[in-house]
Amino acid sequence: MNLLNKFRDPKLCQNLLSQIKEELEDEFRFMEVCGTHTVAIFQSGIRSLLPQGMVHLSGPGCPVCVTHDREIAAYLALCEKDLLVATFGDLIKVPGPGGRSLKTAQAEGARIKVVYSALDALNIALENPGQRVVFLGVGFETTAPTVAAVIKMAGKQGIKNFSVLSFHKLVPPALAALAADRQISVDGLLLPGHVSAIIGIKPYLFLAEEYGLPAVIAGFEPLDILQAILVMIRQKHESRARVENNYRRVVADQGNLRAMEVMDDVFERCDALWRGLGTIPGSGLAISSKYEEFDASKVYGQELPLVEEIPGCKCGDVLKGLIQPDKCPLFDTRCTPARPVGPCMVSTEGSCAAYHRYVL
Amino acid sequence: MSERITLDYGSGGRASQRLVKELFVRHLGNPGLNRLDDAALITGLEGPLSMSTDTFTVDPIFFPGGDIGSLAVHGTVNDVAMLGAIPRFMSCAFILEEGLDMGDLNRIAASMAGAARDAGVSIVTGDTKVVPRGAVDKIFINTTGIGSVIANPSPSGSSASPGDLILVSGSIGDHGLAILSHRQGIAFETDILSDSQALNHLTVKLIKEAGPIHVLRDPTRGGLATTLNEIAQQSGVELLIEQEVIPVRKEVEGGCSFLGLDPLYLANEGKFICILPEKSARKALEIMRSDPAGLGAAVIGQVREGRKGRVILRTPLGGHRLLDMLEGEQLPRIC
Repeated sequence: MNLLNKFRDPKLCQNLLSQIKEELEDEFRFMEVCGTHTVAIFQSGIRSLLPQGMVHLSGPGCPVCVTHDREIAAYLALCEKDLLVATFGDLIKVPGPGGRSLKTAQAEGARIKVVYSALDALNIALENPGQRVVFLGVGFETTAPTVAAVIKMAGKQGIKNFSVLSFHKLVPPALAALAADRQISVDGLLLPGHVSAIIGIKPYLFLAEEYGLPAVIAGFEPLDILQAILVMIRQKHESRARVENNYRRVVADQGNLRAMEVMDDVFERCDALWRGLGTIPGSGLAISSKYEEFDASKVYGQELPLVEEIPGCKCGDVLKGLIQPDKCPLFDTRCTPARPVGPCMVSTEGSCAAYHRYVL
Repeated sequence: MSERITLDYGSGGRASQRLVKELFVRHLGNPGLNRLDDAALITGLEGPLSMSTDTFTVDPIFFPGGDIGSLAVHGTVNDVAMLGAIPRFMSCAFILEEGLDMGDLNRIAASMAGAARDAGVSIVTGDTKVVPRGAVDKIFINTTGIGSVIANPSPSGSSASPGDLILVSGSIGDHGLAILSHRQGIAFETDILSDSQALNHLTVKLIKEAGPIHVLRDPTRGGLATTLNEIAQQSGVELLIEQEVIPVRKEVEGGCSFLGLDPLYLANEGKFICILPEKSARKALEIMRSDPAGLGAAVIGQVREGRKGRVILRTPLGGHRLLDMLEGEQLPRIC
């Protein structure tokens, strides 16, 4: 705790803020791509302290927010089968087609259980051998290895009533899609600390090499974030884009080899649908054929239903950093945390929800 | 195997009678309850009166620092006390699930008796129903409390005025985290105890010694942030809160950051918010800190004109942000 307190030290943070103010020339637009960064920036008050000209954008970094309508529709379709559906809490309020969510399905009688990990879901399956349990697998590289490990464990123990509907997504392919999109203007990227702890620095190097984008892996304490912002500004001034690891107390440059190995064993790359960004090649993780008995999409023949987009919702533009949340016509009118229309308003780490909750 | 509650105990017949006499009256007995009439005869209560009711459903029913029985007493006693009253009498109604362990019910009744004794209230009337397995989760308890108001005027959520200081009686979020960390399915342990306790002795002392108190509220469900928002709305004022001085235990902070929760939204069952004129704040703080129920008390902010109904949090870095009301449940996050 003492160590963490140092990374929150108000004096050190204020020093960094004045350096940022001093060194900032005209405008600098930075994007974070991690829900935890989104919340940390709002919650710590950093956002209200950034000098004019510093523009903070929240990219596609909240796993719930990037979950596509069609994926939600698949979850809802699963709920209609005779199954126990285990899910992370964030997902249950996300409205899908027609405004229906797992929460409404639950009220209508679907058996849905909120769990903290895939292991909890596996334990439910173990304790209830007569029930078929499906875990809704969402999340980035941070979450995927633990889900993979649980699938391997289920395989070793020969468990027959457990499977996973995997809509896991990978961060670097999404960053590549953003960097290649000419509509999007970003001067620097704050790279996600948790994801990087798994994948290391290498998968990001193309950002600097191919697109000339400064990018810094950062932790989640105020000092981590402010320091990373300063590093990005300096890189821009020196016209020398680099990918830097500023979170060495957690992130090893090579990543977590063991976690990647487990992930690669259980999953294989596939194209994935991202809300707002569409299909991004090689950005998803499907359960490999070796473990197909645990793949709910195969076990229950659950495909992605075709759905109509939610009219008016600008979550896509928000996720690409094209508009700030309050510029969406639905923001705080038809779309509020009480009655969210789009997923960015649902998750506590969603950019619209954070904006609604924290901005004065 | 220990005895279990069957549907017979809620029949109104002999089994019900036995349960009332041998369990409830044995633990909770007092001259009022012992009469076993259809209603309790209450004498000696002078108006104005404060009355409150609450229903308790908590999982797990035994948690570190308390249980559903003591909680059902503390919760209602505290609500009655927040109007500037001395809580005196309570009713309690049980809805029991068929199959409930009799030993557990005994422990709960004994715990209620202890809590009532400490708070100085008598449980004078009650009711028991037994419902089939699955219709409730083990045991639900409703309690209603009544007491004489000694504050004049009585504190109210709508009485905060610009310039007043905002005090909180101790560390925030203990109860919520203690419950969450012991709920099934969360494999994570802490030494955090629920703060469930009666606050009436301390609030009465404050009313008698610290001068007029504008607001007394206990931030239970929804936590400190939600209650502050309610006060800001009811009083039509803006509250400015200093995050750095809000008392939060290190373990609670750690547990919250692990689970993705915010301690300011976690339930408390033994803390209160006190808003009063700046000139009496020092005295109030002294009184609170010299009482076991208020050892960790702190001044956390001030009431101002500003925008009506808004609560602003000044973060340790010096930034300002909205401290919003909790929308629904706080949910565990993905990563």
